Amino acid sequence: MSASTSTRVAVSCRGVTKTFGEGENAVQALRGVDLEVLLGHMTMLVGPSGCGKTTLISVIAGILERSAGECTVLGEDTSRLPDRQRAAWRGRNVGFVFQALNLVPTLTAAENVAIPLLILGVDYKAALARAGVMLERVGLGARTRSLPAQLSGGQQQRIAIARALVHEPRLLVCDEPTSALDHETGHKVMELLREVAAGENRALIVVTHDSRIFSFADRIAHMDDGRVERIETPTRN
Amino acid sequence: MIRIALRMLVGDRLKYIGLVAGLAFATLLITQQGSIFAGFTRRSGSWIRDTGQADLWIMDPQVEFTEDRKAMQDSALLKVRGVEGIEWAVPLYKSYVQARLQDGTRVVVRMIGLDDATLTGGPPIMEEGTLELLKQDRAILVDARDVDDGLRLRRGVGDDGPRELRVGDRVDLNEHETVVVGTFRRTREFFWDPVVYTTYSRALRMAPPERKSLGYVLARVKPGFDPYEVARRVEETTRLRADTSDDYEARSMDFILAKTGILPNFGITIALGFVIGVLISGQLLYNFILENQRAFAAMKAMGASNMLLLRMVFAQVLFAAFIGFGLGVGVTALVGQLLHDSKLAFHMAWQVPVFGGLAILVCCLIAAAISIQRVLRLEPAVVFKG
Ligand SMILES: Nc1ncnc2c1ncn2[C@@H]1O[C@H](COP(=O)(O)OP(=O)(O)OP(=O)(O)O)[C@@H](O)[C@H]1O
Ligand SMILES: [Mg+2]
Repeated sequence: MSASTSTRVAVSCRGVTKTFGEGENAVQALRGVDLEVLLGHMTMLVGPSGCGKTTLISVIAGILERSAGECTVLGEDTSRLPDRQRAAWRGRNVGFVFQALNLVPTLTAAENVAIPLLILGVDYKAALARAGVMLERVGLGARTRSLPAQLSGGQQQRIAIARALVHEPRLLVCDEPTSALDHETGHKVMELLREVAAGENRALIVVTHDSRIFSFADRIAHMDDGRVERIETPTRN
Repeated sequence: MIRIALRMLVGDRLKYIGLVAGLAFATLLITQQGSIFAGFTRRSGSWIRDTGQADLWIMDPQVEFTEDRKAMQDSALLKVRGVEGIEWAVPLYKSYVQARLQDGTRVVVRMIGLDDATLTGGPPIMEEGTLELLKQDRAILVDARDVDDGLRLRRGVGDDGPRELRVGDRVDLNEHETVVVGTFRRTREFFWDPVVYTTYSRALRMAPPERKSLGYVLARVKPGFDPYEVARRVEETTRLRADTSDDYEARSMDFILAKTGILPNFGITIALGFVIGVLISGQLLYNFILENQRAFAAMKAMGASNMLLLRMVFAQVLFAAFIGFGLGVGVTALVGQLLHDSKLAFHMAWQVPVFGGLAILVCCLIAAAISIQRVLRLEPAVVFKG
């Protein structure tokens, strides 16, 4: 690979391990992960349940500390940052789509979407305006004042995506974004991710079980037992 | 994010109403009992405040409170008049006597005898007749509405049934016949025995013979003199106690509180209100924060610092405390209005809401401190757990 490719590397992990617990109860969730994620790509992490996918993206996103190994994300080794600065780094650079969505049920769609901006210190009015624009981009421009419970699962997933993107992060991590959705809705959400989220300057990591959406990936990292076993580049159809 | 925090709090209507109602209830308990306590203590000084012309009350050093009779030598009056800074000084008689009404009703009353010449120290408001009428032979003044129902004809005379005393009625005080020449209004006191006013000399004639008879000397301090300084001088020359009105009121109150045990009684209720407040608000706040744990964890993952989450939780707690306290005090004030002028003592002194507010604040901060632990310990990684 050329020098120009190296600047397009968003995530670079070497020999990353993570052990939960100690002594007899210790669980080795990651046993030496090597992985490179490129900007402009959608990278999928797939593998059997318990193989360490969620653990790996937690380490990459800077919400979990690794036990050993090297990991540089967007040019920063986040494990070296103090807690507060790491939180601020996440706030600026990472967007999250959680499997359980984690929308706040008492807040409107727009307020939910505005949260990352508010955390960054944007004032309420401006944040809500930008949230409205983002909701429009995910096709929910008319539902800014709806509460999550008033929306369908697919619509809630779109709110979660809008929330993950509203502050223009360079890294987007999604854990099982389609597992709670039916096939068709799941497909639409993936299309949305490709359309709205993908970009030259953003890396997408999507954890999934769902082989039906593999075709959306630029690269697929197959994990098993705490390691990335092989990387595959699917043929687009 | 503070605004988001408040929206989260208010958004869950049922929980929010429960929380505010709990805090309002605790506030109500505390301020309501506090006001009644303040009312009782205030009543212990009613007579002193009603007798407003006097700056100084001079009495035997052993007198503990307003109903305590320990008489002084008559010479005390002249000695007080001789002290520098005294504008005037008059004698005042106060003692319990037996009263017998026309219909045979017998009741113990407090008889107050006023200086014959000036009639200083009389009731605050005359309803019927004038104070001057006391100068008539055998005259007494009785309580117009008789705030405590003590001085009424229980059987009535002639054709009229039970009724209150009125001008012209005869009353025997210690077997001496007197006539009601006027009626007055006074502030309700801590003690309930009816009050009659007459002149000092008449009071002495009707009272059982005593070696000493002077109960109080009331004195006015000359303008420009410091009442405390003059009081000290009076005490020096007379070897008696000289209190300013405020001091005497405070001393009476302290004594009554100590003797009756109403302080611990109210203290217990107020403490219970506080405990209930902590329990209710603690429980509800804890639940609220538990329920929002995932949201807080997600915010942590999205870059919110512990400091920011702390500020959010505090905003929620303070807001709930403020609204709950406001409602509670409001209801207390309303109850106070309804009870106005009733037998129940109720006086919302400024200390009551201030103390109540502090108590609720402490309740909420304790509750918040417990709940916040959970938020601070949250691992942001839990957000990926299903
Ligand atoms: N906080 C934790 N404490 C202890 N063990 C953990 C913890 N989190 C994960 N593990 C263990 O680490 C291993 C990897 O878990 P992880 O959640 O990363 O798997 P996964 O690939 O995401 O699985 P799934 O597809 O079911 O979501 C599992 O054996 C799990 O039990
Ligand atoms: Mg997982």
